[in-house]
Amino acid sequence: MKSAVLVFPGINRERDMARALRLVSGREPAMVWHAETSLPEGTDLVVAPGGFSYGDYLRCGAIAARAPVMDAVRAFASDGGLVLGVCNGFQILCESGLLPGILMRNARLKFICHDVHLRVERSDTPFTRGYNAGQVIRVPVAHGEGNYAADEDTIRRLEGEGRVLYRYCSASGEVGDTHNINGAAQSIAGIVNERGNVLGMMPHPENHVEDIMGCTDGRGLFAGLVAHLERAA
Amino acid sequence: MKARVTVTLKAGVLDPQGKAIEGALKSLGVDGIASVRQGKVFDIELDGDKTKAEAALKAAADKLLANTVIENYRVEVLG
Repeated sequence: MKSAVLVFPGINRERDMARALRLVSGREPAMVWHAETSLPEGTDLVVAPGGFSYGDYLRCGAIAARAPVMDAVRAFASDGGLVLGVCNGFQILCESGLLPGILMRNARLKFICHDVHLRVERSDTPFTRGYNAGQVIRVPVAHGEGNYAADEDTIRRLEGEGRVLYRYCSASGEVGDTHNINGAAQSIAGIVNERGNVLGMMPHPENHVEDIMGCTDGRGLFAGLVAHLERAA
Repeated sequence: MKARVTVTLKAGVLDPQGKAIEGALKSLGVDGIASVRQGKVFDIELDGDKTKAEAALKAAADKLLANTVIENYRVEVLG
């Protein structure tokens, strides 16, 4: 899997992401500076990592979404290329129009930084094939604006088309207000675009990929992408 | 020429910051506050004539200053 990690000023999770990609795919990802106008030849996966691009000024991800490299990412996505956005990366994908909706301030206003449980809603997508449908995984979150919001029609479409891939839940997989850490509509933690090749999620799977991290539940996401690309090749 | 773009959340969009400020004002004993919505103000200086300035400000708001999924904006040329 030939991956590219986007690097914007202020981003601080790009090396965690690169480490996870290297570990699971066995290949060194390319680091792509925001001012670039193209992606490396043969890129299979583009990742917008977490961090605080441009200091979260204006709205989270708003400035990064207008960076030169994003035109290349949009073209890559419209050709069917796989794009993953984590945390600030999710915010960037929403702001850039690659995903619908927006991430608002957490409903209870606090910055949240701890492990959460996620229910994997289906396993027949490139982003979830490393898991079983209904499986509960544990991954960390670290965000102040992760409260997913969209108009009613969009939410209805996301649900109806099975585009919610990850949802906040309890350790045993129950979804409800008490487990919805940031107030997101329908407890949404991660969604895909209509075509199914662009995923945005608030939690950080790249931070649960090695035993030393205390948990390896995040590995399945990357392993699934590798398996998907190997099968396609 | 000076101009101002005001960005506010659309009606019906939950505004947790506004709610927190509303609660703080109530606890400070400021009377008569029914509700608070928080927004943003951009003070911008431009060159050129007023028609061009208005078009530029609208483009700025549409392209970057506001996210029209959840926000409305108002453009004023202050002269």
